[in-house]
Amino acid sequence: MRKNNLVSVIVIIGLIFAASIWYGRNNGLLPVAAGDEAVLYDGLFNTILGIAFGFFLVVEGVLIYSIIKFRRRKGDDTDGPAIHENLSIEIVWTAIPTVIVMWVAIYSFDVYTAMQGTQDLGGMAHGGMHQTVAKSETMPMSKATIASSNSDGVLMAGTLPAGSNDVLAINVSAMQFAWIFNYTDEIATAELHVPVGKKVRLNMNAVDVLHAFWVPQLRIKQDVIPGRETYLEFTPRVVGEYPVVCAELCGSYHGGMRTTMVIDTPEDYATWLKEQQEIASNDPDAIVASRPASVTKMSEQEYLAGKVAQAGGDMHMMHMSH
Amino acid sequence: MTQTLIPTQSSGAMGAEPQKTLWWEFFTFSVDHKIIGIQYLVTSFVFYLVGGLLASIVRAELATPDSDLVDPAFYNSLFTMHGTVMIFLWIVPAVTGGFGNYLIPLMIGARDMAFPRLNAIAFWLTIPAGMLLMSSFFFGPASTGWTAYPPLSILTNEHVGQVIWIGSILLVGTSSILAAVNFIVTIWSMRMPGMDLFSMPLFCWAMMATSVLALLATPVLAGAMVLLGFDLLIGTNFFNPTGGGDPVVYQHLFWFYSHPAVYVMVLPVFGIISEVLPPHSRKPIFGYKAIAYSSMMICFLGLFVWAHHMFTSGTPDWLRVFFMVVTLLVSVPTGIKVFSWVATLWGGKLRLESPLLFAMGFISTFLIGGLSGVMLGSTPIDIHVHDTYFVVAHFHYVLFGGSVFGIYAGLYHWFPKMTGRMLNEFWGKVHFVLTFIGMHLTFGPMHILGLQGMPRRVAQYDPQFAPINVICTIGAFVLAISTVPFVINAVYSWFKGEQAPDNPWNALTMEWTTSSPPIPHNWVGEPVLLTGPYDYGEEYKEARKEAAIAASQALT
Ligand code: HEM
Ligand SMILES: [Cu+2]
Ligand SMILES: [Cu+2]
Repeated sequence: MRKNNLVSVIVIIGLIFAASIWYGRNNGLLPVAAGDEAVLYDGLFNTILGIAFGFFLVVEGVLIYSIIKFRRRKGDDTDGPAIHENLSIEIVWTAIPTVIVMWVAIYSFDVYTAMQGTQDLGGMAHGGMHQTVAKSETMPMSKATIASSNSDGVLMAGTLPAGSNDVLAINVSAMQFAWIFNYTDEIATAELHVPVGKKVRLNMNAVDVLHAFWVPQLRIKQDVIPGRETYLEFTPRVVGEYPVVCAELCGSYHGGMRTTMVIDTPEDYATWLKEQQEIASNDPDAIVASRPASVTKMSEQEYLAGKVAQAGGDMHMMHMSH
Repeated sequence: MTQTLIPTQSSGAMGAEPQKTLWWEFFTFSVDHKIIGIQYLVTSFVFYLVGGLLASIVRAELATPDSDLVDPAFYNSLFTMHGTVMIFLWIVPAVTGGFGNYLIPLMIGARDMAFPRLNAIAFWLTIPAGMLLMSSFFFGPASTGWTAYPPLSILTNEHVGQVIWIGSILLVGTSSILAAVNFIVTIWSMRMPGMDLFSMPLFCWAMMATSVLALLATPVLAGAMVLLGFDLLIGTNFFNPTGGGDPVVYQHLFWFYSHPAVYVMVLPVFGIISEVLPPHSRKPIFGYKAIAYSSMMICFLGLFVWAHHMFTSGTPDWLRVFFMVVTLLVSVPTGIKVFSWVATLWGGKLRLESPLLFAMGFISTFLIGGLSGVMLGSTPIDIHVHDTYFVVAHFHYVLFGGSVFGIYAGLYHWFPKMTGRMLNEFWGKVHFVLTFIGMHLTFGPMHILGLQGMPRRVAQYDPQFAPINVICTIGAFVLAISTVPFVINAVYSWFKGEQAPDNPWNALTMEWTTSSPPIPHNWVGEPVLLTGPYDYGEEYKEARKEAAIAASQALT
C-alpha cells in the first residue's frame, strides 16, 4: 500500500514535469519573433511559463482532488484531523520557490543584459539627477540612462558614439497621435523601414505627452518622454511587415496611434531609401509637415492633414472625431 | 441547508439577546463599529455596481474593433472612472472599512474600535468622495486612467473632471489614513485578556500589515496629488516637462503608494480566506505562524517593489534589477500562504457551501494572478507585455479572482452574524457558478490578447483581435448577470431569510460567541477566551465540550 502510494506520487510528479515542459515549448502564445532580442525573450518566456504551469497543475490538481476526496459525506459531522503544522513540509515549500525564483531572477538578468546590449558608459550622469553610474563591466546601463543624460543633443543618423558605424540610427518623434521617423535631415517618414540583419537604434523623443514605442514581434517597448531622450536597440531578423503600437495612454485617439514597421531585405531597403530621398527633394512641404519642430507650431487639424497625406491613408480614425 | 448544530460553545451563557439595528440607524453618524462596518460594505457594494456598469460599457465598446459605441474621449473616461471606483470606492473600503471594522473588535474581544468617532469620520469622508467623483460625469470626467500620468493629466481637456478626481482621491486617502491608525491602535492595545499576538485570528494579522502599509504609503500619494493639483490649477511645473518638471518623478510617487495599495486590497482578503477555510473544512489552519509572518513579509517587501510598474519608463538599469529581485521575492511569502491554505483543506471534511466555494474559487483564480505576477516581475518579460491586455488580465485575476471572490466568501460566511439571517444556499451556488464562469471568460483570454499585441486603454484595435474580444465581452455580461442572484438573495434574506443561530458554522473565533446580530458593545459580560481560533479537529472536541460546560457553570 505505502509502496503503491510512493509509486503513484512519483508517476504524478513525472507527468507534471513532462506536461510543464511540453506546455512551455508548445504554448503558441507569442507572435512571430522578428528580431534577435525576441528569440532570447521567447526562450525566457517559455521557461518561466513552463515553471508557472507546473505550479498551476500541482495546486489546481490538489484543489480538485480535495473536492472529490475530502468533501463532507452526508451525515458526517466529525472534524478532520487536528494538524496544525509540519515544519519539514513548510521548509520545503519555502525553499523550493525561493531557489526557483532566484534562478529566474538570474536568468532574467542575463536575458535582459543580452537584449539591451552592453555599452561602455562609465561615469555618465543620469538625466538631470547628477548621479554617477557604476562601472560598465559590473552593471551595464540602459539605453535610457545614457540617452537621457544626453539632454541637449538630438542625435542624427551617423553621429552616433564612436565605433557604432554598423548601427543604423533613426530619430523617432512621437506626438498625439503619430510616429515620425527621421532618417536624415531630409528624410522623414510615417512608416518605419529597417534592413534585415543590421542593428537599429531608435533615438526617441516626445513632443507633447508620454507615448510608448512597441513592436510586439520585437518584444521591446520603451516609453517616449517629452523633455528627455530615450532609446531602443534591436536587430531585425525576419523580413515582413509588423505593427508599431503606442502603448502608453496619450489621449483620445491613443488606440489609433499605430503605424507599420517594414523589415526589408538590404536591396529593398536601399531602393526604398532612394525613393524617400527623391520624394523629399521633389516635395519639401511633405517633410516640413512631418517635422516635429514645425508640428508644434501647427494646429492639430493642419498637422493631422499633413500626416495623413504622407501616410497615404488610414483616414479612418481621423474622421472618428467629432 | 445549514449544517446541524451541536453548540460547542455556550453562547447563550454570555446572555446576549440578538438585537436588530433599526434601519434608520444605518443612515446616522453612528459610532458603533458594527454599524460602520455595514455602512462601508453596503456603500462600497453600491459603488461596485456602478464600477461594473462602467466596465460593461467598456466591454460593449470593445465587442468590435472600431470605436463605434461611445466617443473615444469618453471611452477613456469610462475606464478611468471604472478603475478609480473599483479601487478607491469598492475594494479598499469594503475590505478594510467594511470587514475590518465589523470584525476586528469582535475578533479580539473588544467593545469597539479604539477611536469610534474617528472611525465614523473616516466612513463619512468616503460618501462626499464618491459623490464628488460621480458629479464629474456632469463636467466631463477624468480621462487619463486611474494612474493620471502627467503631462497628459495636466494637458487634459477634462480639466474640471481631473481636478475633481484629485479632490476625491485626497478625501478617500484621508479616510484610509484615519482608518489605518485606528486599526493599528485597536489591534495593538485592545485585545482581550489572554489573547496574545499569536493567538489572534489571522485576519487581525492581515489587518495589521494592511494598516501599516496604508499608513506609510498613502501620505505619499496625497503629496503627489497635491503637486499634480498645483500643476493643473496654478501652472506650477513639478511634473510638466515644458517648464522643467519631471513626469517620471510623479510615477515614482504614484507607485510608491499604488503598489502597496494592491496589498491593501488583497492582504485583508488573505485574512478572510484564513478565517473561512478552517470552520468549513473542519481542520485547524495549517501553519499559523508562517501565514502570520508572511503577511508581515509581504508588508515589508511590498514597500520596495513599486518601480516594477516603471520598467519601460526610462529608469536606470540597477533600479530595474533591484526591483525585479524584490518583486520576485514577494512570491515566496505569497506562495507560503497558498500552500498553507491548500494544506488546510487536505484531509478535511469540506462543507462545500457558498463560503467555502468562494474561498476555493479565490485560491484557484488568485493562483493564476500570482503566477502571471511572477512572469511580470521578470524585467524583460514585463517590457513586452507592460501596458497590454496581459496586465489587464493579471490584475483582474488578482483583484477580481482574488479580492472580489474573497469578499464574497466573507459575505456568505459572516452574513448570518451581521444580519441574524441565513443566505439562501441554492442561489449562493448559482451566484458562485456564474461568477466563476464569467470571471474566466472575461479575463482568461485577455492574457492571449496582450501577448499577441493588443495594448490596453484603447477604444479601437486591430481586427485580428476581434474574436477573442467577443469572448471577453460575453464573459463580462455573464459577470454582470451573476450579481443579480446575489443582490436579490442578500436583500430578500436580510428581511425574510431563515433565522440564523448564533454560530451557524460551529466556528471558534470570538465573534461567534455573541448573538447574531451582536448587541451594542458586543457582549453582555466580559467575553471569555475558551479556545484558540483554529482548534478544530476530533482531538479537540471533547476537551472543548468540557471547557464549555465548566465555563457555563462558572458564569451561572
Ligand atoms: C465587474 C467586472 C469587471 C470587468 C468586466 C472589468 C473590465 C475591465 C476592462 C475591460 C478594463 C480595461 C480597460 C482598458 O485598459 O482599456 C479594466 C480596467 C481596470 N479594471 Fe476592471 N473590470 C471588472 C472588475 C474590476 C474590479 C473588481 C476591479 C478591482 C479593483 C477592477 C479594476 C480595474 C482597474 C484598476 C483598471 C485599470 C483602469 C485604467 O486603465 O485606468 N476591475 N476593467
Ligand atoms: Cu501615443
Ligand atoms: Cu498612445
